[in-house]
Amino acid sequence: MTAAPDPLPAVAARVRRTVLDIAATEHGTHVGGSLSAVDLLVLLYAEVLRVRPEEPDWPDRDWFVLSKGHASAALYAVLAERGYFPPEECLTYGRPGSRLAGHPLAKVPGVDFPTGSLGHGLSLATGVALAAKRTNRPARAFVLLGDGELQEGSNWEAIMSAPAFGLDNLVAIVDRNHWQITGRTEDRIPLEPLAERWRSFGWTCEEVDGHDFGALREAIAGVPRMTARPTVLIARTVKGRGVPIFEDRGRSHYVRLTPALYQRALAGLRSRERETS
Amino acid sequence: MTTTAPATRDVYRRTLLDLARRDPRIFCVDSDMGGLEDTFGAELPGQYVNVGIAEANLMGVCAGLAAAGLIPFANTMSGFALWRAGEQLRSDIAANNLPVRVVVTHAGLSAGHYGPSHHALDDLAVARTLPNLTLVAPADAVETEHAVRAAVDHPGPVFIRLGRVATPAVHSRPYRFELGVAVELATGDDVAIIAAAPRPVGVALAARDELARAGVAARVLNMHTVKPVDRAAVVRAARQTAGIVTVEDHLTTGGLGGAVCEVVCAEQPCRVTRIGAAESYLDAVADEETLLAVAGITVERVTEAARELLGHRARSVALR
Repeated sequence: MTAAPDPLPAVAARVRRTVLDIAATEHGTHVGGSLSAVDLLVLLYAEVLRVRPEEPDWPDRDWFVLSKGHASAALYAVLAERGYFPPEECLTYGRPGSRLAGHPLAKVPGVDFPTGSLGHGLSLATGVALAAKRTNRPARAFVLLGDGELQEGSNWEAIMSAPAFGLDNLVAIVDRNHWQITGRTEDRIPLEPLAERWRSFGWTCEEVDGHDFGALREAIAGVPRMTARPTVLIARTVKGRGVPIFEDRGRSHYVRLTPALYQRALAGLRSRERETS
Repeated sequence: MTTTAPATRDVYRRTLLDLARRDPRIFCVDSDMGGLEDTFGAELPGQYVNVGIAEANLMGVCAGLAAAGLIPFANTMSGFALWRAGEQLRSDIAANNLPVRVVVTHAGLSAGHYGPSHHALDDLAVARTLPNLTLVAPADAVETEHAVRAAVDHPGPVFIRLGRVATPAVHSRPYRFELGVAVELATGDDVAIIAAAPRPVGVALAARDELARAGVAARVLNMHTVKPVDRAAVVRAARQTAGIVTVEDHLTTGGLGGAVCEVVCAEQPCRVTRIGAAESYLDAVADEETLLAVAGITVERVTEAARELLGHRARSVALR
């Protein structure tokens, strides 16, 4: 008996295709940091988050905060995939009258908090997790952080506070793609030793391949590993993942795809899919 | 009038605890202010959170608590709430219209000798730019209790601006408090004095007495809700008197005087003289009352401004 094939790679491929479609619209988008986060978002929305797309404000839902709000293209594609709104709506991105801005707005079904200014999401998720703890509700809070974003000092206020509140229902995921706009994080304001830093602040920390669904599943299934401790998964990712011309390239940060580049990107995406299937 | 009431801060804390005993949605979120942990925190530990000395996290955590259905009261000082954590207050709380109640102390010059790091002569101006936010500067202890109780079930975010030390009682009798509705503390149709916050309201009332001795009837409005300002009361004052003097423990730009000017310019043009601090960073070392005098927030300046407004009216009447 052979195991059924994992359905998530196909979902992730569709989501990456949508990210490229969005990047080919008038304004372009933050491609690199969207593509690095795709697999994380796909797994969360497909298997982890207890949510009801038909009832986005369900009080006992798990909460998700995209602290790196510039990865909106990936979030929109995943929310559409999960059924929060029709996939066609993704192509309205940035257009007058659309609900889909460059950074997510609260009016988008499934978006619990609008984000965009870095360094806000972890405090918001901390508050939500704290409310659930204190009111004995089952809700958990997940927050996706950029790695460069951790240079914002407000994160460290939140990182210090969450263990003090005993929030084992709080899960932070760092999209560790090693890039910020002007270069590699370690060449700018270094973040390493990142895992050690989180641990020293009282978090349970695990490093995981952010593009390996099996490893990610295992890491998230074990949460919380310790009672009263918040969890952080440092997901090792590749900026621009899935599209060879963008992979591990700083310049993939923000791209408006011309028709020619769009075709190259799509061809690259298809070749990567063949390699991995 | 000169009876010293309890400090607004103490009344706020007692009121909050009283409300929270009966409403488990009410949370006291502290940023290590001192005095909350051994009162509220000791009695209702399940509804008390201390985020430590971390104002940005304070606001973000409160936004999360409010989004999840609770009614958090965020405790910090005025300048820290608006400047250090201003973006969280704006983008996470006000923009989402979340029912966070931000209660600040050390407003205006009430921090006295602590110095300009703890003064907030610009807090009304900054808070007034935040859509959805209701901004209240209670005039005394009685009004503080009213404001805190009224804030609990208000649908959006509320910012309540308190001082640090005890100030004179303004309201000796019970009265009807309503957010957004000014309280007429003295009637009169010669000139109007509009003030907010304990010391400025005290200055306004003393100026009114001084003017009365000279036969001038000054109307005194306590504009406890600076945002949304009571437009109808401002328009009535503009229409029925020689002009308006505003008094605030704040810069003359962007605060109560600015709010009044915006209303009269649009709806009922009249002369407005704004009494407040000139554009500067005060570095005098003194108690609050002395600092107010240094900044020019005095009874003399208010009465002088009122007389000037009356003089303008007399001249314009004579010219007709």
